Amino acid sequence: MIEEVLVTLKANPKIDPVLSTWSWEVPVYLFLGGLTAGIMFFAAIMVLTNRQREVPFMTEKLVLWTVILLSIGMGALFLDLSHRWYVYRFYTAFRPTSPMSWGSWILIIIYPVCILQILSTFRQGYPKLARRLERFGVGVLALDLSERFRRPVAWVSVPFALGLGIYTGVLLNTLVARPFWNTGILPILFLVSALSTASALAILGTSDKGERHLFTRIDFGLIAVEILLVFLLVIDLSAGSEVQLASVDLILGGRYTVAFWILFFSVGLLIPFLLEARELLGKSAAAFYMAPLFVLIGGYLLRQVVMNIGLHSSWSNYANQFDPQLLELLH
Amino acid sequence: MTRYAMVIDMRICVGCGDCVTACKTENQMPDGLTRDWVVERTSGVYPNLSTEFRSERCNHCSHATCVYVCPTGASHYWRDTNIVLVDEGMCTGCKACIASCPYDARLIMHPEGYVDKCTFCHHRVEKGLDPACVSTCPTHCMYFGVLDDPASKVSTLLRTRNYKTLLQETGNQPNVYYLT
Amino acid sequence: MDNKGQQSFKPVSWDEAFDFIAARMKRVAADHGPEKVALFSHGSGGGHFKHLLKAFGSNSYVAPSFAQCRGAREVAFKLTYGEGVGSPDRTDMEHSRCIVLIGSHIGENLHNSQVQTFAAALHNKVKLITVDPRFSVPAGKSDHWLPIKPGTDIALLLAWMHVLIQEDLYDREYVTRYTHGFSALKEHVQHLTPEWAYPITTIPAAQIRETARVMAANAPATLIHPGRHVAWYGDDTQRLRAVAILNALLGSWGRPGGYYMQEKVNLPNYPVPKYPKITAKVQDANKGKYPEAYAGVSTAMFDASIGPDALYKAWIVYGTNLPITVPGVAGRMQEAVDSLDLIVAIDIQPSEVTGYADVILPECTYLERYDTLRNAAEQTPNLALRMPAFKPKYDSKPGWWIAKQLGERLGLGDYFPWKDYQEVLDWQLQKVGSSLAEMQKIGVKVFPRKSPLYFTDGADIEFDTPTGKIELYSTKLAKLGFDPLPNYTAHQEPPPGYYRLNYGRTPAHTFGRTQNNRYLFEIMPENVVWVHPTVAREWGLGNGRYVRLKNQDGIESNRIRVRVTERIRPDSVFMAHGFGHTSKGLRLANGRGADDTALITNVLHDPIMGSSGMRANFVTFLEGEV
Repeated sequence: MIEEVLVTLKANPKIDPVLSTWSWEVPVYLFLGGLTAGIMFFAAIMVLTNRQREVPFMTEKLVLWTVILLSIGMGALFLDLSHRWYVYRFYTAFRPTSPMSWGSWILIIIYPVCILQILSTFRQGYPKLARRLERFGVGVLALDLSERFRRPVAWVSVPFALGLGIYTGVLLNTLVARPFWNTGILPILFLVSALSTASALAILGTSDKGERHLFTRIDFGLIAVEILLVFLLVIDLSAGSEVQLASVDLILGGRYTVAFWILFFSVGLLIPFLLEARELLGKSAAAFYMAPLFVLIGGYLLRQVVMNIGLHSSWSNYANQFDPQLLELLH
Repeated sequence: MTRYAMVIDMRICVGCGDCVTACKTENQMPDGLTRDWVVERTSGVYPNLSTEFRSERCNHCSHATCVYVCPTGASHYWRDTNIVLVDEGMCTGCKACIASCPYDARLIMHPEGYVDKCTFCHHRVEKGLDPACVSTCPTHCMYFGVLDDPASKVSTLLRTRNYKTLLQETGNQPNVYYLT
Repeated sequence: MDNKGQQSFKPVSWDEAFDFIAARMKRVAADHGPEKVALFSHGSGGGHFKHLLKAFGSNSYVAPSFAQCRGAREVAFKLTYGEGVGSPDRTDMEHSRCIVLIGSHIGENLHNSQVQTFAAALHNKVKLITVDPRFSVPAGKSDHWLPIKPGTDIALLLAWMHVLIQEDLYDREYVTRYTHGFSALKEHVQHLTPEWAYPITTIPAAQIRETARVMAANAPATLIHPGRHVAWYGDDTQRLRAVAILNALLGSWGRPGGYYMQEKVNLPNYPVPKYPKITAKVQDANKGKYPEAYAGVSTAMFDASIGPDALYKAWIVYGTNLPITVPGVAGRMQEAVDSLDLIVAIDIQPSEVTGYADVILPECTYLERYDTLRNAAEQTPNLALRMPAFKPKYDSKPGWWIAKQLGERLGLGDYFPWKDYQEVLDWQLQKVGSSLAEMQKIGVKVFPRKSPLYFTDGADIEFDTPTGKIELYSTKLAKLGFDPLPNYTAHQEPPPGYYRLNYGRTPAHTFGRTQNNRYLFEIMPENVVWVHPTVAREWGLGNGRYVRLKNQDGIESNRIRVRVTERIRPDSVFMAHGFGHTSKGLRLANGRGADDTALITNVLHDPIMGSSGMRANFVTFLEGEV
C-alpha cells in the first residue's frame, strides 16, 4: 500500500486539490475560436472550388460572424484573466516558446484576414450594409479590392483557419503537466470538431435546401471522423504513461465518465450522427435543426469536458489529511 | 546559467513543517496560501513499512515549462540563474504556467490575482543567505547552494549520496534534490 | 465572573481584580492557613508565582510535568543513579553510536534542542533502534523497528538484560566498579529469555538478541533513551528503572554518547527576606501514598481540592490548562469550582480553564515580557535572556508585574523590593560578570565548565544512593516494600470492538497551547485519528470522514477526521494531543479535532511516585455520525 498525505495543509485556491484555474471562459473561447476557424475554412474552400453560389449562406452570410464570434471568444478569454488589466502585456512581448503567445499574435493577424474575407462577399451577403459602406470612398475601394482578390484572400484564409482550429487544441496539448491533454489526437479532434460545428451552423442558418444537404453530408462525415478520433484518443492515452493511464481512468469509470460519454459523446456526436444519417437516408427531415443543435452543444461540451478532465488529471497524488475548508476560519 | 540547488536529506527530515511556517512568515504569504508543503509517503504493509518526508516547493527547473509557456515573459529566469520568478507587472493571470507545472507549485496571489510561487528566497540569496526554509530547519536536513561549484555542500552531497528528483520524467530538469 | 466553564466575563480594572484576589487569599489564610492556597504552574513565568506563594506561606505547588510527564523517569533514575535525567535531558545524542527509543517519538515531539541533537545523531549515522507499536517518525528512520505489543516494554527490557548478561556483552568493568546488586539482577533475569519475551511482546527472539548485540557493540556510546512523557501504565517507575539498569549494564551513564554530567551557572538569587517557615508539604495531598513523589502530584492536588474537608481552598492556575492537561479532571472541574473559595487563572488566552476561574489575569505573551533567566543544566553552562520583542498588546501584563502587584496587596512588598524585573535581571547578571545590557545584545551567554562532562576513566565516583553505588538492585524500593528489581506485569487489553487509545505529539503544536495560533493553525488546524485499513474496512470508515469516538466509560469525543494508514496496529488508534478545544474564546481551535485527554478517564497511578498512567483507555467508533 502506498499512502501519500500532506503533513502541512496545502489548499491554494483553484490549485488544490485539483486545478480549477479555468472555468467556462476558456472553453467558450476554444469553442468560438473553433467555430470561427470552421467558418473561415468552409467559406474559403467554397470560394476556391467555385461553389460560392451553391452555399450562399456560408460564404456570404455566415462569414460575417467570424469576427463577431472571435471577439466574443476573446472577450471570454479576457474575463478569464485573473490579473486582467495587464492584458496589454500579451502584445509587449513575443515568446516563441509559448503557444499562447503565438495564439495572441495569430489572432491579431487573423482579424484582418477575416475582414478581407467578409468584404470579399459583403455586397452579396449584406447589400444594405454594403451600400452604407459605399458612402465612403475607402469603403468602395476596400470592397472592390477584396472582391477582386477574392481567391487570393481565400487562399490565405485556409491556412489561417486550419491554424486557428488546430491551435485551440495545441494550446491544451502543450501543457504537458496535464496528462489527459498529452495526446497528439487532441488538436486534430478539436479541428474536426471546429469544422463540424461550422457545418452545423450552416445547416441551421441556411434556407437553401442544397446548401443544407451539402453541409449535412459534410457534417455526417466529420462526425464519423470525430467518433473515430475519440476512440483513438482513448487508445492513445491508454497506451501511455502511468499518469496518462490514471487520467484516462477518469472517463473509464472515473468521475468524468458520465460527462464524457453521455454528455459529450452521446449528445454531441452519437445522436446527431444518427439523426443526420436518417436525414441523409431521406427518412426524417422534419427535425432537421435538432442534429446541428446537438452538434453545436457537443462542440462546446467537448471543450468544456476535455478541459475539466485535463485540469483534473495531474502528476501528483497526495491528499490533505486536514480539512482545507478550515482555512476559511482565518478570514 | 548559474544553477542553484536545494538538497533535502529525507533520512533526517521529520516532517515538522517549520519550513512551511518559515516561508509564510518570511514572504508574508496571505492567509491560506502556501509556497511550500510537506508530503509524507508511506509504503508497505504493517509491520514492513517505510516512510519518506519531502519538503516540496517549486523545483526551479533548468528546463522550466512554466517559463516556456508564459506568453508575456512574466515567468522568467532570474539573472541568468535557474531561479524562476514571476514579474507581477507582466503577469496577466492567464494561468498557463499553472497548468504547465507538474508539481502544482504555483498559486494565484490573493487578492491581486497575479501568479506567485517559491522564489528560492532570491532576496536572501543575493545577500548570501540561505532561503528561509533552509535556515529555519531544526534538523538541518536542507541545504542550498550552487550546483556548478564542485566544492559546494550541495555538489558534494549529490556526488557522495544517492538521491532522487521529483517527476524527472517530465523533462523539466528539477533542481530540488532528495537524498535517499 | 461566571465560572461555570462558560467563557463569559466582566472586564474590571487591574486594581479591582488584585484587591478582590488579595482579600480572598487573606481570608483563606486566616480561616484555614496560607498553605491552603495552591498553585498549578507550567512554563518559565511560573517562577514569579512560586516566589509569591512561598512568601505567602505555601509550598503547595505542582506542575503537570511531574505526574503527567517525566516524573517516573526522574524518580527511577534517582533511585538508580542518585540523580535524575533532568530537563533538558542529559542525553548525549550527538555523540551516540546507537540510540534506543522506547515509545518516544522525537521528531513528532518537536522539543527543539532535543530534535537538533537527535538529528545530529542521524547525520552521524547512528544505529537507531525504535520500540513502538506505531510506525512513528523515528521508527521510519530506524535500523531496527520493533513493533511491540502495547504495554509489554518491561518484558523486552528484561530480555535485553538477559542477553547482555548471558552473552557477557555488558560492561564488566563499569558494572563491577560502580554498581550494586549485579548478582541479584543476574539471577533475576536468568530465565527471562528472549523466547520468554516473544509471546508477550510479539518481538521475535532473534530480533531481541540481534538488537541487544547492536547495543553492546556500540556501548558505551549506546543511549537507551529515557523518553519524556512516561506516564503510561502505572508501573512506570519500574519500567524506567529497567531503562536505567540497561544503561548501567552498557556503561553509558557518564560516558560520551550516553548521559553526560550536567552543569549550570551558579547564579545568585536577588536578595529578599527569608520565606516564612512552612510545615505543610505538597505531598500531604497524596494522603500517604506515593512515597517517592519528590514533587507535587497534580491529580492528587486536584482530588484534595474537592469536598468539605478539602486540603486546598484556593487555586492560582498559571498557564496550566487543567481540563486538557491533566487526565480525569475534565468532567470534575465544576466540583472543584463549587468547593474552592477562589480560582485565579493567569493565562495568555481564553483556554478552557479560564472559564472556571473567578478572576482571569491576562498575561502578555513570551514575546512581550521579561522572565526569569534560563539557567538550565546542560553540557555547557549558559544563561539565556527572555526579553520583549515588542510592547504588550491590549491590557495584558507580564507575570512578574502581576506577582509583584498581588504581593504588595498581600502585604508582601518586601519580597518584591525592586521597581521592575530588569533590575533583578541586571543584579543577577552583574554577579556573574555580565549585565542586562550585554545580554540584551547577545541573548545567550556561555560559561566555562568547572566539572568534567563525563566520568574520567577509572575514577571512583560516589553516587547519591543508599549504597553510594549505581543501584541495579534498589535498596530503597526494597525497604519501601516495592520490587527492588523490575518485573513484567500484564496490562489490560482492549475489550471487543474497542481499540487502545494511543496518543502523542505533533511537531506543529506545543501541548494544547498553540492550536489557536493562526500560523500554526494554518499548517495543522485539527488532529486526525489514525485507523488501520482493516479496522477502517470493518467500520466502513473512509479517509477524511469525520467520526466520534467513545471510550470505555462512555465519554464521547468531538468529531475527528479519519486517516486510514498502515502506520498503526489494528488493535490501536492514534491521535495527536492538544486538540478538541471547547473554549469559544479560542476562535480557531474551538471544536477542531478531538481531545485525547478527555477520553483518558482510566488513570493508572504509579504507587511509587503517583504518575498518572494514561495508556489503558479504549475507544470505539460512534456510528451514524457525520
